[in-house]
Amino acid sequence: MTKPASPSFSTAVGARLRGDAIQQVLAFGALILLVLLFSFWSPYFFNVPNFNNIVEATSVVGVLALGATFVIVSGGIDLSVGTVMTLSAVMCATAVAKWNLPVPLGILVGILTGGLMGLANGFLIARLKLPPFIATLGTLNVARGLALVIAGLLPVYFPTDELQGMVMGSAVGSVFPEFPLPNIAVIFLGAAILAAFILSKTVLGRYTYAIGSNEEAARLSGVNTVRWKMAVYTLAGLFAGLGGVMIAARVNSAQPSTGFGYELQAITAVVIGGTSLSGGEGAIIGTIIGAFIVNTLTNGLELVNIPQEWQIVATGAVVIVAVYLDIVRRRGRAS
Amino acid sequence: MPEPLVEMHGISKDFPGVHALVDCHFDLYPGEVHALVGENGAGKSTLMKVLSGVYRRDAGTIKVKGLPVNISTTRAAQRLGISMIHQELNLMPHLTVAQNIYIGREPQVVPSVLNEKALNDEAAKLFETLHLRLDPLKRVSSLAVAQHQMIEIAKALSFNSDVLIMDEPTAALTDTEIDELFRITRALRERGVGIVHISHRLQELKQISDRVTVMRDGHYVDTRPTADVSTDQIISMMVGRTIFEAVPEVPEHPSEEVVLEVRNLNRGRVIRDVSFRLRRGEIVGIAGLVGAGRTEVARAVFGADPFDSGEIFVKGTKVAIKSPSDAASHGIGYLSEDRKRYGLALGLDLETNLVLAAMRRFLGPLGVIRGALTRLAADRQVQNLAIKTPSLKQTVRNLSGGTQQKVVVGKWLTADTEILIFDEPTRGIDVGAKSEIYRLLNDLAREGKAIVMISSELPEILRMSHRVIVMCEGRVTGELTAGEATQEKIMTFATQRASAV
Repeated sequence: MTKPASPSFSTAVGARLRGDAIQQVLAFGALILLVLLFSFWSPYFFNVPNFNNIVEATSVVGVLALGATFVIVSGGIDLSVGTVMTLSAVMCATAVAKWNLPVPLGILVGILTGGLMGLANGFLIARLKLPPFIATLGTLNVARGLALVIAGLLPVYFPTDELQGMVMGSAVGSVFPEFPLPNIAVIFLGAAILAAFILSKTVLGRYTYAIGSNEEAARLSGVNTVRWKMAVYTLAGLFAGLGGVMIAARVNSAQPSTGFGYELQAITAVVIGGTSLSGGEGAIIGTIIGAFIVNTLTNGLELVNIPQEWQIVATGAVVIVAVYLDIVRRRGRAS
Repeated sequence: MPEPLVEMHGISKDFPGVHALVDCHFDLYPGEVHALVGENGAGKSTLMKVLSGVYRRDAGTIKVKGLPVNISTTRAAQRLGISMIHQELNLMPHLTVAQNIYIGREPQVVPSVLNEKALNDEAAKLFETLHLRLDPLKRVSSLAVAQHQMIEIAKALSFNSDVLIMDEPTAALTDTEIDELFRITRALRERGVGIVHISHRLQELKQISDRVTVMRDGHYVDTRPTADVSTDQIISMMVGRTIFEAVPEVPEHPSEEVVLEVRNLNRGRVIRDVSFRLRRGEIVGIAGLVGAGRTEVARAVFGADPFDSGEIFVKGTKVAIKSPSDAASHGIGYLSEDRKRYGLALGLDLETNLVLAAMRRFLGPLGVIRGALTRLAADRQVQNLAIKTPSLKQTVRNLSGGTQQKVVVGKWLTADTEILIFDEPTRGIDVGAKSEIYRLLNDLAREGKAIVMISSELPEILRMSHRVIVMCEGRVTGELTAGEATQEKIMTFATQRASAV
């Protein structure tokens, strides 16, 4: 008899080139168009310092979006990542400035704070069966409030610029002076590679897709869906914690009243990158492109003197368009 | 005779208000295909779910390979080598074939890091031993239903099962796909696997099964070698019941005026060239087995689902029905079998539910609802239908099943509906409330409403209908008047597959 089809190159590509993959190619095209558009529109856009600005902003939102990718692939949503990031930043700065812990421990405190909040989300959603939207709307405000309480309503400043030096310096630039890629971008890249590895090569990643695709089938196949969903939200929290450390390093302080709105940017990045809000499909590479699109747009609009309030309107519209595209895409495939 | 793989004796199972299984028997030998047949609700799936650990038995014994066992979970069943492929398939469409088969037990390079190559190789090896033509790397969503079935079979056998239970495996398959399934089934039989084939398609039993066990109303009827019984004998064993003690009412002669005519309705493979007429004051029963396309026809006529081609005439005029609101404006109402999901706003009160479909009539200036009018209209339906309720403000969720069904009827009557399509009107309703629903249907017909009643209960069809339309696989396979309809005739039409005609 004929050998059961061997994994050939063409079938592998054929299997991949649908849905999310197509969206990723489109998103990459859109990113190039945006860069071209703003390059012609503003004389201040196309230069290394501005690209560094975009990369720095993208790195923070991007790290949040990495975690959000897991949550959304699993069929859930996490609205709390923005304020969890802020709470983590406050905890990190408090640990260093008020508890006099060394900076590496402060970083750990920040990341673990995020992980703890993520675990709380996971517990509410997987164990207590709260709808993700409501549960994380709750933790959004819990984290927002706690950040203000712990910081005493005021920014918490780091006593030295050790953390800022670590994160905002440029190890690459010290070797290649004409290419001063900031460390924050290297951290983002490292986090993205880690996330991509977890999502595509590990059991956690596989079950993230399985739960998002058909949770009941996964459960009946013996997958402990409660435990793995908790893991997914905890992971999203850990990434938000890392984001908190990064944003604190960027301004060398923790600003307790910021962070609201980052969750929508992160979700927008994920959806633009081809991850379906109904779960089951998506990839980290798409999220990275999506994060760059979101931040290039904000940066460009700023440079062409669109007022701040109109930028907010524009990013809101982008969310709606991205979600609509997701629905159209799914409808197209269903028929 | 070899030792049986499975012996079930005296199995009973109760669900709240229902004896689902009463003293049932079943056995299975290695290398045989044992067909399990019966009408909808006869208990076939329930009995097999007891064997596969989905339900726990209330009484009886189960022996697997001679040893008495307790099967409390599907995992326990799998460890005993028993796998069941359910009617609703359990696959993850976004994952590949191989990923689906080994979900929950993936090979790993180091703990928690997947070994995708080993996974795909194992799947390919599995398909080779089973002679299945499946590509482990294909995404499940890109495959047809028939292949989903193959994946489930491969998955079941990857647990080294020697008992494979298939619940209606052919329901969604085309004839060529069925041939392929049977080829695999026979190959498995050669290998000594015992296969339970649950079906209500009698023609196919002759092709595939060695023995057949008939069940009826949760009771065991008989087990025979398939070669020794005729299809007619199986049918009479399936329907030979006498639980309906009520005398069928002699239907009154309806008027000649045709209020609804459906001509050549088609949608894909689900609805095929369906035509029928409905007269004023007439109750037409649509009989058929699960999956015959009855609900699909009703939903298409009501505008809930689109159709590819066909015409609908109301009182002789051709009408375009594209949505339920179009249907409602032409006086057509549909009472879904799942009234909780589609028919009622469960959290709202009785009054609101009763006027919901005709809300426009009760609006005052600025779209304000005129409470006095809605109260009056709701009250009239409560009187008219004898709806038992403490008040009009009662939340519908707290009413009984039979009363809820009346509320749905009342809702359509408030909207002046002339044509009522009832889909399984007595499902989940106790016997007392059933007879009230029957009386209601008769009254409505006598008042001049035209009624289509879809039902899977043959006695109900026989008792209520002036005319019976029988469907099978999306086609109308027969039409019988009240006088000529019998359970046997209906079952014959209902199992008349296109390939067998």
